[in-house]
Amino acid sequence: MSSSLLSLGISRAAHLLRSGEISSRDLTQACLEQIESLDGSLHAFLTLTTEEAFFRANRADFFLQQMRKGITPETTSPLLGIPLAIKDVLALSGVRCTCGSRMLETYIPPFTAHAVDKLLADGMVVLGKTNTDEFAMGSTTENSAFGPTRNPWDVARVPGGSSGGSAAAVAAGMAFGALGTDTGGSVRQPAAFCGITGLKPTYGRVSRWGLVAYGSSLDSVGCMARSAEDAALIYASIAGHDPRDSTSHEIPVPGFTPYAENSLKGLRIGLPQEYFLPGMQAEVENAIRSALAVFEKLGAEIVPVSLPHTEYALPAYYLLAPAEASANLARYDGTRYGINRPAAGYIEQFMSSRAAGFGPEVKRRIMLGTYALSAGYYDAYYARAQKARGLIRRDFDQAFQQVDVIAAPVAPTTAYLLGERNKDPLSMYLGDIFTLPANLAGIPAIAFPAGFDSNRLPVGIQLMGHAFAENTLLGMAHAYQQVTLWHRQMPGAANIPEETKEHGL
Amino acid sequence: MPLTKKEISDIARLARLQLSEAELTLFSSQLSDILEYADRLSQVDLAQADEIAGILPDNAPLRDDIPGSSLSLEQSLGNAASTEGRQFKVPPVLDV
Repeated sequence: MSSSLLSLGISRAAHLLRSGEISSRDLTQACLEQIESLDGSLHAFLTLTTEEAFFRANRADFFLQQMRKGITPETTSPLLGIPLAIKDVLALSGVRCTCGSRMLETYIPPFTAHAVDKLLADGMVVLGKTNTDEFAMGSTTENSAFGPTRNPWDVARVPGGSSGGSAAAVAAGMAFGALGTDTGGSVRQPAAFCGITGLKPTYGRVSRWGLVAYGSSLDSVGCMARSAEDAALIYASIAGHDPRDSTSHEIPVPGFTPYAENSLKGLRIGLPQEYFLPGMQAEVENAIRSALAVFEKLGAEIVPVSLPHTEYALPAYYLLAPAEASANLARYDGTRYGINRPAAGYIEQFMSSRAAGFGPEVKRRIMLGTYALSAGYYDAYYARAQKARGLIRRDFDQAFQQVDVIAAPVAPTTAYLLGERNKDPLSMYLGDIFTLPANLAGIPAIAFPAGFDSNRLPVGIQLMGHAFAENTLLGMAHAYQQVTLWHRQMPGAANIPEETKEHGL
Repeated sequence: MPLTKKEISDIARLARLQLSEAELTLFSSQLSDILEYADRLSQVDLAQADEIAGILPDNAPLRDDIPGSSLSLEQSLGNAASTEGRQFKVPPVLDV
């Protein structure tokens, strides 16, 4: 019973909840049992909120019962009673929010992030907080101070990052969906590595209020689920204006409707030559080209486009994001929150607390950002990177005059082995080459499964759209998922060995 | 041009990070590699580029200034390592 429950999509589960065939308590129980049996090995969760989950499940079951009696409860959202997970960089009042860092190991936020609040108002059952690279800085989840998450398709491999905990939880059936965040690809790349669907919305589409800041002009709260249809339900809940985030847009969020008969006739997909590089894994390129053939059969037209400044996205991002991080993380001084290492003077305490609280990647990015912003180097690095960002954005503007969306790989390879890249930061950064441009341009992008490599590791494809084109991206991914089965594959529990629980929950 | 340990140490001071000897050595080589890679940006023709590219179409709108609820004193101080009365407590900022 419980394993069949875990493979349900959100909309199917919502249907069964309404008819009374299953209860939210059943779903919650099944997810928690799956976590109990697999998470000792995968380590997707940093904190479980079991009591809160059952409280919310019981409440949802009561609302569902009211609905069956013809009474309209507080919410009738399709998310009512659905168990979801939250990346541990988004605040949930009263539950510790670590950001994968020793710095915030015991930090208990007294407020709830806007996106989490919206899901709670829609009746979500919150299962817990998921593992992340420290302060979302990383591409493998190995930078978590609390130990890495492992990929459910092969536990010797990384799930991607930084939203690797959310991706692994959704892929392994421990949650029906999750929130992640995407500053340079941190929703899309782990979605691709774990074989799920991940949407990074337009910058400003989802409020950042209550999200612990990393790169404020790049950070986006995103949706992770096992299908585009499910991601659309989460997106519909969290998108929209919030006066507490001054970069939040007031443009209304249209409801998602699939393309009639999944016909993509009249849609033009741009294929940028700059995203197919020598040295990328051949199986990744083959999977993308096969997926494009499917899109052609669905009626879309493939058009070559050029994004000539693509190669500058990586150097621009790795100056701008650290620059913003160095400013944002200046708040951790050991005074108001976070780890405190007492010292004789204020500055000494500031420095010793940060030395104790931050891990190597965070220190590296703070150092890099401080350098890029320092007097004498500002024009050579930060200002130049900002200008390059403008050119990258202009490339997209020009391409979107010819096409509706742009197709590309999510990453040049499938999931790496643990430890394979984390000794050399630059080689790690190079893996982000296809996801960074969307963040620099502020545009939405979706990653979804498009095949497997010869090691049976998932391969993801990415569609990028112009600002506010989320529904086009979701609709196209949904149409693709109506005629393919890649997204329906789940890693068997057989892939995941039992392991002693080395990471206490 | 690789960064010297002295430069790394100066940046660390600006960034309020106390680094170990091993970290100074490691970061001087790693940051040099990353900055060398970032030097590719010097090849871009920026003549046509905007001064600073924002990513919002217009200036961020201002909201009305309406008083609302805020955190209580207890909530505000709740995560602090050291407090006294209604205040956060820190070591001396100035030598007097």
